[in-house]
Amino acid sequence: MTNQITDTEAGTSLWKDAWLRMRKNKIALASIMVFTVTCFFCFVIAWFCKDPNQVNLVNKFSGPGSEHWIGTDALGRDLFSRILYGGQVSILVGLIATAVSVTIGIIYGALAGFFGGKVDAIMMRIVDTLFSIPFLMIVIVLQAVLSEWSRETSAWIVTNLNWDKGFTDRITNVLPLFFALGLLGWLTLARIVRAQVLSLKEREFVEAATSLGLSKLTVLFRHIIPNTLGPTVVYATLTVPGFIMYEATLSYLGLGVESPNSSWGILIKEGANYLETNPQLLIFPGIIFSITLFALNFLGDGLRDALDVRASKD
Amino acid sequence: MIRFIINRLLQGLLVLFALYTITFFLAKAMPGEPFTTEKNISEEAKAYQRALYGLDKSMLEQYVRYPINIITEGSFAVSTSKGRPVRDIIAQSFPNSLILGLSALGIAICIGVPLGVISAMRKNSWVDWGSMSIAMIGICVPAFTVGPLLQIYIAAHLPGLKVAGWGSPIDIILPALTLGLTTAAYLARLTRGGMLEILSQDFIRTARAKGVPSNELITRHALRGGLLPAIAFIGPSFAALISGSFIVETIFQVPGMGQHFVNAVIARDEFLLLGVALFFGFLIVMMNLAADILTGVLDPRVRLESNQK
Repeated sequence: MTNQITDTEAGTSLWKDAWLRMRKNKIALASIMVFTVTCFFCFVIAWFCKDPNQVNLVNKFSGPGSEHWIGTDALGRDLFSRILYGGQVSILVGLIATAVSVTIGIIYGALAGFFGGKVDAIMMRIVDTLFSIPFLMIVIVLQAVLSEWSRETSAWIVTNLNWDKGFTDRITNVLPLFFALGLLGWLTLARIVRAQVLSLKEREFVEAATSLGLSKLTVLFRHIIPNTLGPTVVYATLTVPGFIMYEATLSYLGLGVESPNSSWGILIKEGANYLETNPQLLIFPGIIFSITLFALNFLGDGLRDALDVRASKD
Repeated sequence: MIRFIINRLLQGLLVLFALYTITFFLAKAMPGEPFTTEKNISEEAKAYQRALYGLDKSMLEQYVRYPINIITEGSFAVSTSKGRPVRDIIAQSFPNSLILGLSALGIAICIGVPLGVISAMRKNSWVDWGSMSIAMIGICVPAFTVGPLLQIYIAAHLPGLKVAGWGSPIDIILPALTLGLTTAAYLARLTRGGMLEILSQDFIRTARAKGVPSNELITRHALRGGLLPAIAFIGPSFAALISGSFIVETIFQVPGMGQHFVNAVIARDEFLLLGVALFFGFLIVMMNLAADILTGVLDPRVRLESNQK
């Protein structure tokens, strides 16, 4: 019964509406294209490319050519596949750290907004306090702590489960980044979701769900939270480029990803050392990095325009 | 107003305490030893050093003792990696960070605010589109790309500018520019948004209908409200400019505070870490407070709210 009702009303759903508006926004559409192509190259084409860690000292700093499309770096490694493999780490850090922070932010904000009163006051005061803490500093220290744990875990897995050492190291090396960023980046989202839930819980459909005898948590998770997704999606989209930037910053400082992994931040750092003689080593990763961030930011802006019902009235 | 300030100061103390607690336990959880050197030091010597720095006490005692020492003696303990009082290290490097941060903020305001106002005045024109694209470039191109590019293509070719180093006043220009560009970009976007919101309001329409010229409309009526989002952002971002300059300090070899924080993490120097973190936390709290007071002065609606409370 309920299904039928939602089906007949689906024509005016927020998402369809948003998509219609979004289709008119050429920059946002171009951004989706750019990001999809970047992901396709990093996660699909990369498997058919040269080994990014294949050192060839004879052929270092070779210019663009048929063998190495955009040349090689100081150790003779193929720059093109290094950029693609580095992109895997950068993009994954952006996406997974966002997923972690969004999950925490939604649950935290929703609980605070839903229970209200003293619970809300205390929970939001905690958020206020954490907000004034220098984010990058805590990320740096947390990253140092988590890295050591992950190194121990990696050693344990290799000895006890007989996993391939290279593979395990690659995985455990990036895990701390996901969590160091994700565990600290949820504050704004918690505020956004809380504000939404506060107004949503007074609405009729919540009253209807409650009077049907649904439990409080079911109402919250099945009926209220899905309605907060609009602003959440917008904010999450804008978080991804932020986290990619943080990852690059940490890696640049030597506190992030380590070899054999690479990331765009590391490539830019390595490239900066040879800028005078071989500017392409900085410029190519820098351009790809900036274009991806460009696309994600414009996509976020486009989504905000498309989903913000208030703005669409003008 | 005074009550509001006292309230916020108390809240600031709470923030600092939370920051201290988090940093303290994270620093304790950090792997490795503070006194690791290339030379082999005997266990006795290490134990002696630990005792000297008070690191042999129980965790709880250390946790309580550090803030007490700050309050009673004004002492931020001694850096284990540098062997100097943390207070001296901060006192020596902070002026550099402050000068760099202030110059960067100045550059950011001079570029960002006019760009945002002009975009808002000519909404959806090519001026708007162009300046917002420039702003997006400022956000998306990281400092560690801009910095080296400036070094090679500007500093190396212009007489007087050095590629890296910190001595004469002219050395400030490039690092401050690198540091300020991102903030300028955010400021431009915020200013544009704030101005657009104000320009769409009734009192602007009234003023326009009464024949107020366009320039006067902007300077006398719209700017005051339109700059509010930018001002709210300047407070925290100023602290971020001082504290977030790790990268720029590394690139241009500026002897500021950021490098000490990174080095402290690498050297497992918990006292230096705590000192720098608390100092930055203090700056952020004060800057946020300053921004709130300024907002209250400029925006009568906020003032009213705090009076009613």
